[in-house]
Amino acid sequence: MREIHVDDIVAKLRQLCIDANIEIRPDTVAAYHRALEQEESETGREVLRQLILNAEAAKAQRIPFCQDTGYAVVFVELGQSVHITGGSFVDALNEGVRQGYLQGFLRKSIVNNPLARINTGDNTPAVVNVDITPGDRLKIRLLIKGAGCDNVSALRMFTQAEGLAAAKDFIVEVADNAGPNASPPFVIGVGMGGPFAHAALLAQKALLWPLGIPNPDKALAAIEAELLVRINSLGIGPAGFGGSVTALGVHIETCATHIASFPVAVNVDCHSHRGKEVVI
Amino acid sequence: MSVRETIYLETPLTRDTLNFLRSGDQVQIFGVIYTARDAAHERMWKAIQQRQELPFDPKGQIIYYVGPTPPPPGRVIGSAGPTTASRMDPFTPMLIERGLKGMIGKGRRSEKVRQAAIAHGCVYFGSVEGTAALLSGCIQDAEVIAFADLGPEAIYRLTVSGFPAIVVNDLFGRDLYEDGRRLYRRLRTGEH
Repeated sequence: MREIHVDDIVAKLRQLCIDANIEIRPDTVAAYHRALEQEESETGREVLRQLILNAEAAKAQRIPFCQDTGYAVVFVELGQSVHITGGSFVDALNEGVRQGYLQGFLRKSIVNNPLARINTGDNTPAVVNVDITPGDRLKIRLLIKGAGCDNVSALRMFTQAEGLAAAKDFIVEVADNAGPNASPPFVIGVGMGGPFAHAALLAQKALLWPLGIPNPDKALAAIEAELLVRINSLGIGPAGFGGSVTALGVHIETCATHIASFPVAVNVDCHSHRGKEVVI
Repeated sequence: MSVRETIYLETPLTRDTLNFLRSGDQVQIFGVIYTARDAAHERMWKAIQQRQELPFDPKGQIIYYVGPTPPPPGRVIGSAGPTTASRMDPFTPMLIERGLKGMIGKGRRSEKVRQAAIAHGCVYFGSVEGTAALLSGCIQDAEVIAFADLGPEAIYRLTVSGFPAIVVNDLFGRDLYEDGRRLYRRLRTGEH
């Protein structure tokens, strides 16, 4: 049994929130550079150059890359031989987010519920997903989820007869409808399988996958590559001003599903594709 | 889409100036602009319903759809990029009818907004979300003038210098998002 004190978790997550918002993922910046080589529109290239300059400015000035510092979504892999001491694990995660957003001058974008809409003032609660894993390590993966792109995300329940062809059309359709509103070039997370709710979670989890690294499953990698070509044929382009790069990547996660179901969820992430992880 | 030289705009804007702008033009904005997003628009709409005064006179002004991050010590404002404009669409025509001359945001506008903008003379500018740190550097002064309780959704009066944007909807019915997409689209309509 290995002991981890909650104070350590608070401090690590606090720093993760600040760094994830200020230093954009290196794979995202690398994807901007690849897109710059590929983009045909001069306006589109200028947008991509601005994104690269913005990444440098944010890092140099220690201010957030994007003003929407997002929803703090936490994926935890908790080793079953870890014993959390000193208090509640979930409280510690929320405290880490609270301290990060207050001390890092990040925007507080969470309201208590969709009806009353009272700002909670510290960007909590975080969304917490926990997987229990073998071993004695604690891995915290933080996804910063902006809302403009989340608002165009979608889920549809297909049938076996409709199959993969219909699912692919749906994924491209979601990107097409997202258009300029969701800050292209996007990253597209796809979840296939599970019951209804699990597909959405998988789609979100797919966004953690590093850009530019194909799926280890060859069949899925081929689908991802095909979808990327089709989405880049939509013409939406950087910032939606027209161009040949509409998505930076497509990542698919699959899991078991019911014999009667073929759920497909599409979670869109904007070009401010942010996240960071730590292992304790 | 012809790329013209960058056009420098000073606020408040006049109809004559807007007549000169074409969809796709790059501009830089100088002077005072006002921020407002979802909750502030709802409150302005209520104020109009109740015949109360608006926090600022929209005549000739630009509204920037933004909810900035808090300013770290030594800065006037934090990161400040555009938010999705369409969420403000239901409230926008009433401001255009009251003389609003410009809007800065990202994403498509509704048909009602586009028609009102053409009828009354108002241009929609796009700026690039995800350039919030760069855009922050163009903001020289920021002051909350209304709805401070809304935090990032308060109305700020910003003084900007060389704020970059691109004309999306001009007064002649052109839309950069539609024209740009058509130019680079390799699929026929309806084909996915």
